[in-house]
Amino acid sequence: MAASDIMNAPTASESARERAAQYIVSRHRFRPTEALPWLFAIAAYFIFPDRMTFANQVAIMIMFALSLDLILGYAGIVTLGHAAFFGIGAYTVALMLARFGWTEPISGLFAAAIVTGFFGFILGWFTLRYRGLTLIMLTLATAIMLQETGNLRSDISGGYDGLPGLTFKPLFGVFNYDLYGHVYYLYTMAVLVVVFFLVRRIVYSPFGQALTGIRENVRRMHAVGSPVHRRLVTVYTISAAIAGVAGALFTQTNAYVTLTVFDFDNSAKVMVMLILGGTGRLYGAFIGAIIYLVLEDGLSKFSPTFWQFGIGLLLVLAVLFAPRGVLGLFENAAAYLSKRFKS
Amino acid sequence: MPQYANIAVSILFDGLAYAMFLFITSVGLSVTMGLMNFVNLAHGAFAMAGGYLVVSLTRSLGVPFIPSLIVASVVVGAVSVVFERVLYRRLYRATDLEQVLLTIGLAFMAIATYTYFYGPIPKSVPLPRWLEGDVNLGFRTFPSYRAFLIVVGLFLVAVLWYGFERTNIGAKIRAAVDNRRMAQSVGINVDRLFTLTFALGSGLAALGGGLAIQLLGLNPSFAVIYLVLFLIVVAVGGLGSLKGTLLAALVLGICDTAGKYLFADAGGFFIYAITVLVLLVKPAGFYGRE
Repeated sequence: MAASDIMNAPTASESARERAAQYIVSRHRFRPTEALPWLFAIAAYFIFPDRMTFANQVAIMIMFALSLDLILGYAGIVTLGHAAFFGIGAYTVALMLARFGWTEPISGLFAAAIVTGFFGFILGWFTLRYRGLTLIMLTLATAIMLQETGNLRSDISGGYDGLPGLTFKPLFGVFNYDLYGHVYYLYTMAVLVVVFFLVRRIVYSPFGQALTGIRENVRRMHAVGSPVHRRLVTVYTISAAIAGVAGALFTQTNAYVTLTVFDFDNSAKVMVMLILGGTGRLYGAFIGAIIYLVLEDGLSKFSPTFWQFGIGLLLVLAVLFAPRGVLGLFENAAAYLSKRFKS
Repeated sequence: MPQYANIAVSILFDGLAYAMFLFITSVGLSVTMGLMNFVNLAHGAFAMAGGYLVVSLTRSLGVPFIPSLIVASVVVGAVSVVFERVLYRRLYRATDLEQVLLTIGLAFMAIATYTYFYGPIPKSVPLPRWLEGDVNLGFRTFPSYRAFLIVVGLFLVAVLWYGFERTNIGAKIRAAVDNRRMAQSVGINVDRLFTLTFALGSGLAALGGGLAIQLLGLNPSFAVIYLVLFLIVVAVGGLGSLKGTLLAALVLGICDTAGKYLFADAGGFFIYAITVLVLLVKPAGFYGRE
């Protein structure tokens, strides 16, 4: 395991330190296969020009799943309330527009990131002392309480009917939103690129290594003097901010928002996507969100019941036969093939 | 009777009935989670299955309500053993996350299957005459059905308490919840114990599901909507603790009812606020092991 390699290294020795540093740098290097999803994203723009609204939803969910991967896949924080942050981000831009008439989209994203990050910091500070079922229930209850608060003040939030007709200013004051969602898609993809490189930078940094250490063996991290709680709160704050940006993009590109963004379903859905793709490997969020949403789109056409059965079956099969997600299956296949070729 | 006392009595009475439903449905989940640390999100699906079995028995086969309840809980308890043996046992050593995903997958499949066969519209069942209307307790009248629920609940509390505290099997379960390895090394077959409690817990959940039809309404999303409540009761009460589950069910049931009576707008807010408060102070719940 990668994290334990470093921890086992005798850090007093200069050469071992050197090797650890080199290891981290080499992990951070780009591999050619990493270009694939981005080439696919560009290709999608030209191949499916009439499905850009759908592609935009996929990109938003990828970002949301990516934020979850940061805490679940890398730091091992199991939460069933991540929709709380998506919802706060979504409502930040919605309320800025509805109450104060703030229509500039990009500054809205920054505002959403700051507000959600702040919430993430406060919640993380209190809840990340706990683990397991207690943490799951705390995160879940927080998301539902936010939803209930919104419902209580439906004069402000619009309640379950939502706030419709939120039209934002053209991007950079120039690019108007077209009916087919081309501008939305490019806008979301541009934000996704920025967020992705941020997340990638984080997980391959020494800080990211420390998170993996906490996931693998929290006692040992305490023992080597790592400030576990502070690191968890830091990554939780970052993850919350990213989920908030995804939520803000959701509001901006749909031009409406309702309290359903806080739903338990939303939290569960993003987790399912991530697990299907594979946790703790960055691109799992991409694969998972695409598989989930494409299947949902296809199967729901028959009937929503059919789709619900399908996703349930998919989950059961994934846990029994592909516990490391679709990417894990690929890795197994690759390892198997390379072994065959060598012998 | 003065107005406020009347309201207080109503809150206590309805809260108690609700608490009994929560207790009956959650107690099995608590014990199985305490025994094997297994997070079973399909528990609500077993409750729902029990409810629909009662609907079918009473509506299609004309079986009276009370025998239907008993048949439903026995059948669901027996069927749950198949799930436990075939699917669940593969994941005893897996992570929480994998257990969560497998069981939520099963719950989704159950919801879809029941929606397909029964449709999304809430169902009702024909009740015997003595369960309809009100019962007069001297100082005021109460809805008979809720009174019945409270009686059944108290009866089960007594039976389970006796089974847990006074029988050999109960002692074995308590020992295994306390320290599974130690229990195994003194020769307790924890695996079989788990199958037994799992069946019992699922059977009780099915009974709770059947009783809930008239109290809360039954449609396929029951499996997930009330699951959150069961999990809250288990987490607040403490894993594997009968006493804790009862206390949590009472506190949450009565507070939730009070919240809905007194502040209709705030709806479900209270139950979650209490959950957060309790868990922040006592992370393992009322009677859980820290």
